[in-house]
Amino acid sequence: MDKKADILIVGGGPAGLAAAVAARKDGIENVLVLERDEELGGILNQCIHNGFGLHTFKEELTGPEYAQRYISQAEALGIPCLLHTIVVDISAEKDKKLVTAMNKKDGLFTIEAKAVVLAMGCRERSRGALNIPGYRPAGIYSAGTAQHYVNIEGRMPGKEVVILGSGDIGLIMARRMTLEGAKVKLVAELMPYSGGLKRNIVQCLEDYNIPLKLSHTVIHIDGKERVKGVTVAEVDNNRKPIPGTEEYISCDTLLLSCGLIPENELSAGLGVALNPVTAGPVVNESLETSVEGVFACGNVLHVHDLVDHVSEESYAAGEHAAAYVKEKRSVRAETVAIKCEGGVRYTVPSLLRVEYMEKEQVVRFRVGNVYRNVFLTVYFNDKIVIKQKKRVLLPGEMEQIKLKKSELEKFSDLKSITISIEEE
Amino acid sequence: MYDVIVIGAGVTGAAIARELSRYEYAGKTAVLERASDICEGTSKANSGIVHAGHDAEPGTLKARLNVLGNRKMEQLSRELDFSFKKNGTLVLCFDEKDRDKLRRLLEKGQQNGVEGLRIIEVQELRAMEPNISDEAVAALYAPAGGIVCPFGLTIALAENACENGVEFHLNTEVLQIERTQEGYLLKTSKGVFESRIVVNAAGLYADALHNMVSERKLNIIPRKGEYCLFDKSAGSYVSHTIFQLPTRYGKGVLVTPTVHGNLMMGPTAVDIEDKEGTNTTGEGLGDLLKRGGLSIQRVPEEKVITSFAGLRAHESSGDFVIGEVEGAPGFIDVAGIESPGLTCAPAIGEYVAEIVQELLPVPKKADFKVHRQGIRAMADADEGERKELIAKNPAYANIICRCELVTEGEIMDAIHRPLGATTLDGVKRRTRAGMGRCQSGFCAPKTVEILARELGTDVGEITKSGGESRFLTGYDKEDIGSA
Repeated sequence: MDKKADILIVGGGPAGLAAAVAARKDGIENVLVLERDEELGGILNQCIHNGFGLHTFKEELTGPEYAQRYISQAEALGIPCLLHTIVVDISAEKDKKLVTAMNKKDGLFTIEAKAVVLAMGCRERSRGALNIPGYRPAGIYSAGTAQHYVNIEGRMPGKEVVILGSGDIGLIMARRMTLEGAKVKLVAELMPYSGGLKRNIVQCLEDYNIPLKLSHTVIHIDGKERVKGVTVAEVDNNRKPIPGTEEYISCDTLLLSCGLIPENELSAGLGVALNPVTAGPVVNESLETSVEGVFACGNVLHVHDLVDHVSEESYAAGEHAAAYVKEKRSVRAETVAIKCEGGVRYTVPSLLRVEYMEKEQVVRFRVGNVYRNVFLTVYFNDKIVIKQKKRVLLPGEMEQIKLKKSELEKFSDLKSITISIEEE
Repeated sequence: MYDVIVIGAGVTGAAIARELSRYEYAGKTAVLERASDICEGTSKANSGIVHAGHDAEPGTLKARLNVLGNRKMEQLSRELDFSFKKNGTLVLCFDEKDRDKLRRLLEKGQQNGVEGLRIIEVQELRAMEPNISDEAVAALYAPAGGIVCPFGLTIALAENACENGVEFHLNTEVLQIERTQEGYLLKTSKGVFESRIVVNAAGLYADALHNMVSERKLNIIPRKGEYCLFDKSAGSYVSHTIFQLPTRYGKGVLVTPTVHGNLMMGPTAVDIEDKEGTNTTGEGLGDLLKRGGLSIQRVPEEKVITSFAGLRAHESSGDFVIGEVEGAPGFIDVAGIESPGLTCAPAIGEYVAEIVQELLPVPKKADFKVHRQGIRAMADADEGERKELIAKNPAYANIICRCELVTEGEIMDAIHRPLGATTLDGVKRRTRAGMGRCQSGFCAPKTVEILARELGTDVGEITKSGGESRFLTGYDKEDIGSA
């Protein structure tokens, strides 16, 4: 099976589906979604808790319900999706992209596409990457793997649990494991602040009396066959364990919720430039990567807190991909870089072509520390154009700011845009 | 009654078993292994280096078997289809004052019969290894040095021995040995075995077995070595295996590419007491990165994907202990097999088979199968081969491990071949599923499901590596007491 597509979308999770729906609604007939799992919806399928969709649908949905809204739209629009299909390689020639994929039914095949939308999502940081010393027994899971077992398979990965990392999935799993009959003894967080949303700390830990210890980490894993316990210690300002603060906690399970990493192996193979801070592609206002006609959205681009933002961003990526296919935006317009200063870690997009931007451009970013009572300032060249008072900025919560095209057009020689956090 | 029983299915036991399987014994031959799989001890956690042979003291068994084993490895890798690469080794000298030591190493190597050894100066060194430390002033270059997949080698030897008629008894721990008129009675966790000849290749526990039959006691000390493995994106940081001359920091740590394209750093060397003490430690890993870092410009610490520790079986005498035990006829020790044991394994196999031949001479088999076909890896296959594999079994189009591109077809092969995998780690060592950058986060549940399906059991019964290492503890809500 060798075929053609106008827009090929890699990934049928919330990002890929929103991009597909947008592209089709913008009049692109031949949109094709490739999904590696046996069903659409991505990681939402195992997120059976509620709280999704408050922004998008103004109601509170579970993950599968939220996914179904987009799956139904894609079905209604007749967008073809190949399931259980994994992309093994993407290459780009001048006007076309060649996507090599395989599945059990069609074997190994190549699809020629005019544009590609990367929507592969992210993966969890592993025990190995955290380099936690100790034995290597069974009973150490990423929070997402545990979530899969409990919510999809109905099986318990353990009975007495310690969770390292206070990312949202870890917090959600602390509650889920408790509801399913396990004892969650502790959530330990290396940083002096949580990596998760405030509402999850309240609803998943505090409501169930699960202790959260900030500035703590696991320094040893005990148990030769199955986990028997972990040693937790307090860390200093350099995140080094403080001798004398060690505490042994018996448990049979260690869950890890220590950050997500965009899964960009395919992008790197294609030659897409990656931002070392986000580990996702560098994109412009159209969410187009450094490879012309290749767009990125969702968690493969940068890790989001809310699926609503993923959908919004991905819908825009789908529209931009459609515009690319229709208009052939091959002429490289004047590009301005968005710089980060004073604790802003990154922005998406990080490049802007004023000519192609919408009336209003959403720029999403994260900060590297906890900031209170500061000003979020935007400079065009060295002139302040936006100055917003911010009561609190948290590393665990993505921020956004809107730039107006009309404002930008006033600057005839715009060289740079700078987003900065400033004291009074 | 068995003719020969080998205790231990590590690389040494597997190599001996393979060599024994060339012969036409009238009775049976077997390997007894206490773990749930082959390659579960020291053989699974080491540097994976095929040493050139310049380290060992001339005249020792280590020296002789190292050079022999090194010469056999390439041919063996073709016969048994495992990954091996002759990438060459470099021993770095960081101080002009240490040049004597470098020369002595060269001479020792030449005495041992290592081919192609020469000392290279800093310019040539830099051309060979652009990321080498600025502190290096010269190096000993050994083009005969190589790298091998330690699991690949061990499993290939064992599978081939099995195909040639050697029985493998897993989960079978030898508890007691008694001498009988005809040989030895081995009382195990899985019943009693009797054999004319016993080969003790029990690694860290070879002393315990030896001491059951001999008054002259052996003493094996577990020497811990910790390692860090780095992502494949750091895999080409060096292309040779880089050793250090002993410096004021002590015996050096090596930096090497692996045959699978990762970068690896290790080992530390700390004598411990616990023969099961394969835990890594904060101090060990810290020390390792610091010392390994002396060899190269920068340690890509952010690219560590996992760390592990192995225990070398160090015997107090310092050399390998191979031969029939005095006062215990027919009981052959193969003990103290520490570095360069992996390199030596093919030569140890032949050497021990000869000793067995002296005790119990039999003719060679006419139908010995020299070749063994490994698992076809989709990751290494070209487009034509991929299509062919998928045509044969569509499961080859179903990728289970995304990081290492391992398919359901390969995992099925790993389970159903001789001495097939029954655990998650067993699948990992045979196929690399779970060895990549996500360290099995995504694929473990899928692999467990395939294992359960193919072995006809419930996923709750599948373990990581045998024993009590089950993945799942029960069902949702079953521990919630009824109100």
